[in-house]
Amino acid sequence: MKLPKPIARAVALMSPDARSDRVVPPSGHTAWLTLFTAAAMTFLCVFAIALSLASGRLAGRWSDAMARTSTIRLAAPPAQMDQQTEAILTLLAATPGVDSARALTDEENRALLEPWFGPELPIEELPLPRLIEVTEGDPGYDAEGLRQRLSAEAPGAVLDDHTRWRRPLAEAASKLRLLGLLSIVLIGTAMAAMVTLAASASLEANAQVVRVLRLVGARDQYIARAFVRRFTLRAFAGSCVGAVAGLIGILFLPGADTAGAFLTGLGFTGWSWLLPFILPPLVGLVAFFSTRTAALRKLREFR
Amino acid sequence: MIAFESAAYNYGGGELLSDVTLKLAPGSFHFLTGPSGSGKTTFLKLAYAELLPTAGHVTIFDREVKSLPRDDVANLRRRIGVVHQDVQFLDHLPLAANVQLPLTVAGRRSETGDLGELLKWVGLSHLADALPPSLSGGERQRAALARAIIMGPDVILADEPTGNVDWEMSLRLLTLLVELNRMGKTILIATHDLNLIRQAKNQIPTRVLRISKRRIQLAGVDL
Repeated sequence: MKLPKPIARAVALMSPDARSDRVVPPSGHTAWLTLFTAAAMTFLCVFAIALSLASGRLAGRWSDAMARTSTIRLAAPPAQMDQQTEAILTLLAATPGVDSARALTDEENRALLEPWFGPELPIEELPLPRLIEVTEGDPGYDAEGLRQRLSAEAPGAVLDDHTRWRRPLAEAASKLRLLGLLSIVLIGTAMAAMVTLAASASLEANAQVVRVLRLVGARDQYIARAFVRRFTLRAFAGSCVGAVAGLIGILFLPGADTAGAFLTGLGFTGWSWLLPFILPPLVGLVAFFSTRTAALRKLREFR
Repeated sequence: MIAFESAAYNYGGGELLSDVTLKLAPGSFHFLTGPSGSGKTTFLKLAYAELLPTAGHVTIFDREVKSLPRDDVANLRRRIGVVHQDVQFLDHLPLAANVQLPLTVAGRRSETGDLGELLKWVGLSHLADALPPSLSGGERQRAALARAIIMGPDVILADEPTGNVDWEMSLRLLTLLVELNRMGKTILIATHDLNLIRQAKNQIPTRVLRISKRRIQLAGVDL
């Protein structure tokens, strides 16, 4: 099967050719620079991907949890509290889109207030509003219609469907995810720039070699191949090291049990564990194109 | 083989070569002479397409150099052996690998025997594994000559090939070039060594060109 010309040229550029590789002298510092850059950038990229995915998951979880529940806060005279509560629960039971509804017990109210007032709070003696937790069905209920009916049945009842909490959280989470993606793009661009610089430095240092090769009849593709292969393989190897180091780092991140609920889900889950393994070939590809572009541009300086 | 037609070259600070019209016929032996800075090296660079004429035309093997794609320039250079004034090698490769570099870049392999013969012919077989920085001026010149002819080129251009060597080595190099000419190769040597030219004229019919006032003239019998 005949490959398209650009692909065939790329394959030719990467084909092993010991003699072509030998004509370029080994270059110590650019080799280490490329290797280290690729490793460090891939390591950072693994974390950027993990954080991006985790913030997405966290946002989804927060949104879902808040979107599926709402709270009715009932402020009524103590004598009417139970009666109005019952009326609201009856109303909710007949409301389409409401899956279930229940009034929070005194123990649950105490648990909610305990972080602020301590366990000894005499909750029975306080004029606290009654909280009713509403779990939505799918599709959900008509919030505006419910508010109107509540005001008729229980004038002291206020429906809080969490919209004003949910929106900024969802926005923050999507911005976090966007920042993560932007970081990945920036890391990739910075790596391409550094590999290009290293390749250009190597070509500059080997200007005499390039000149001799051109004068004895070497084509650009031949000269470029030696540089492109070298830098692509170095970047690939460095990236493999960085990806493995990044994965080990992710594995050692504190889990939800030890770090608390906020860190729940940091790292990879399911198929996303495969994502770091895509990085080395991608880094190799970036190195291939950036080195090739630098090499062919530099070669034009030699007739 | 190589033809100049009203060719000129301008370095930016003024014209170095002007209105050069010349043909190097197959099998000919030319000397190019003139004072330092007169444009001998520039002329040679035009002849192997390292420089492009700023006016007029240069054709190499019937191809106009100005319109040659880069790959074709590389292909043409495989038919032209060049011995540069500042003989340059790949210092990290041994002499043998440097000599067969034109074959390597062309994707051809040399027979070990052929390379050995060539190194023996230029008197360097004992230095096949030596690195270029360890070679003397004469050894470098002979290695450059071996590299220039390993592809069996039709034309050999040599820029001051005896510039850094003693008279005995100069005669040895000249003998090698005369032998190549007798094998049918076209030779052009840029030199300011008039003794070398006189010595060559005793061995083989040559044409001597002189660069004077930016133009190329046929030198007289005063050499």
